[in-house]
Amino acid sequence: MIVPAGWYLLLAAVLFSIGVVGVLARRNLIVMFMCIELMLNSVNLTLIAFSRINGTLDGQVLSFFVMVVAAAEVTVGLALIVNLFRLKASVDADDVDTLRS
Amino acid sequence: MTAVLPPLLAQTLPDPSQATGSAEFWVFILVGAVSVGSALAMVLMRNPVHAALMLVVNFFTLAVLYAVLEAQFLAAVQVIVYAGAIMVLFLFVLMLIGVRREPRFSGSRIPAQGPIAVILGLLLVAALGYGIASPYMTGASACTPDAATAEAGDEARPCSGLVEANADGNTEGVGQLLFTRYVWPFEVTSVLLVIAAVGVMVIGRKREDRSELVDRTPAVVGAAAAAAEPEPAAAPAADDAEEGSAT
Repeated sequence: MIVPAGWYLLLAAVLFSIGVVGVLARRNLIVMFMCIELMLNSVNLTLIAFSRINGTLDGQVLSFFVMVVAAAEVTVGLALIVNLFRLKASVDADDVDTLRS
Repeated sequence: MTAVLPPLLAQTLPDPSQATGSAEFWVFILVGAVSVGSALAMVLMRNPVHAALMLVVNFFTLAVLYAVLEAQFLAAVQVIVYAGAIMVLFLFVLMLIGVRREPRFSGSRIPAQGPIAVILGLLLVAALGYGIASPYMTGASACTPDAATAEAGDEARPCSGLVEANADGNTEGVGQLLFTRYVWPFEVTSVLLVIAAVGVMVIGRKREDRSELVDRTPAVVGAAAAAAEPEPAAAPAADDAEEGSAT
């Protein structure tokens, strides 16, 4: 049994879509943030699968950069969430509606 | 005792076209199922800590898949950076702000937000599967697309994979690319990390009361008192200051 490369790409697409659904449906900011991490990881899987398809390592290097950017993004995002929690005493996305009223 | 077991994963073979691929198949089925299941569980868990733990499981499964896809260095980095550092950060923040069980999808302002999100997600799976995955569904695992063989309909073409690129080892190959062709992005990355670290310190510091930020040394307090004088008294002082600065 050979695994076609498309299976990995399909798995990555499924994981990405689960992340999108999580961001759309969940209201907890931290869980939404974790779903964003899931989406970044699924894109990494796509890059690595294409790296193997093309027989070059460029996709792996790009995936490495994605990991670095994700690490920076997580620190900034979590600091923002902690600050928001100090301000509103809540991490619910629906509570952040100052512009709405 | 010295009988050599036949290697089943393509990347363990000197000639990958000899691989039976059955091990890769079963690894993919098992790990892929765990991966999708943990991702779904992460979205569905009510307790954010449980969601974070499901995400850790998902990161580990992805690390296994990276290793199967001949990206051993990234598999290690995935475990160290994601499952180690980033998830610890997530759990730390969760514990810091307190954990509360919450309703799964209800309580949002948009009616039927959950079902709509699921429908849109299914549409996205269909679109991504059709657009990205379907061209690679036939043929052996991860082979260099060759126009000639592809047009000839040769679905059993040998798998080249990353054997050539990984000849000196995967870490060496990635490092060589990183410090030659991609050295400028690499340097920009270091700038990005510094900016992120400084930004987090600025964002995350404890906000003091504004009145406590006043400098209370005697000279400054005297100047503040002079500035707080009623207008007729303050105006000449301002003139003096202007003259002083002009000369």
